[in-house]
Amino acid sequence: MADIEKLRKLCKLMVSANPGDHFHALDMRFTRLEEGKVLAELPYSESIVGNPETGVIHGGALTALLDTCSGFAAMSALDDLAICPTMDLRVDYMRAAEPHKPVFASAEAYRVTRQVVFCRGVAYQDDINNPVAHCVANFIRLDPKVSAKMTQMIEPFLEGIE
Amino acid sequence: MTGIAEKIQRAQSSSSPNLIIDAVPYARLLGMRGLYEPDAEGGGLIFHLPPKKSNVGNPTLPALHGGAIGGFMEMAATIHVLMSMDIVKVPKVVDFSIDYVRAGRFEDTWASCSVVRQGNKLVNVAIQTWQQDRGASIATARAHFLMD
Repeated sequence: MADIEKLRKLCKLMVSANPGDHFHALDMRFTRLEEGKVLAELPYSESIVGNPETGVIHGGALTALLDTCSGFAAMSALDDLAICPTMDLRVDYMRAAEPHKPVFASAEAYRVTRQVVFCRGVAYQDDINNPVAHCVANFIRLDPKVSAKMTQMIEPFLEGIE
Repeated sequence: MTGIAEKIQRAQSSSSPNLIIDAVPYARLLGMRGLYEPDAEGGGLIFHLPPKKSNVGNPTLPALHGGAIGGFMEMAATIHVLMSMDIVKVPKVVDFSIDYVRAGRFEDTWASCSVVRQGNKLVNVAIQTWQQDRGASIATARAHFLMD
């Protein structure tokens, strides 16, 4: 399994290294990371509103949250410290997110094969049993040689990250 | 009639999808625009996502964030539905499914949509996204919208 401490640092690096990027634009935060499971938070912001009449945020921002959260869950299920690209993603919207409240996401890798990591996630506000959206997302694993090289490449960057 | 409904109606009657885009904060955040291609099949409405730093997910490649590509496609589908139908209410997305087939590089990105099926309640929309080569999609998606 992945070194969770190193992975936590890598996730922190990915979301903070490039000020002004999409992670910053959405202000996505990762609150918990364990083996195969990740928790994230998307604060409410006027800039992600999809319906100006109701103030409800757009599904696209939830897609980004669930994609990232599931992606980190996929990474946490692997031995190497490597990024795995999203192969596909499906989001089912159960209800509109209530305005002026954050949305939380929880994602897990529920099956790891040689080539693919299968993940599922849920987005919710007050109650995880009354979700805003569900998602399933599959990630493709890099070639073991490429992924070992990536681990080597990434590790020096993690020094100095708390 | 509410503010957004008025804007939708004006966008429809003047074939100006950007009137809707300008009214939706998330579409402005992405920085997308809509335009009509002359002489194109299927109405010719396409969407443009210019390279913008706030859509980047991986700075080393650099590549667009998959969520930004997904959000662009979902927003494009919403506006396509509004521009091609006689409705003034923002349609609800029921589900959205995306296949990422190529890396989205940090460059001009385009999307086109087509209504696969329009029923009484449900509309199925297919979305294609490409960069330099229109024949080489970077992602394909489909969305179901509920009309009420």
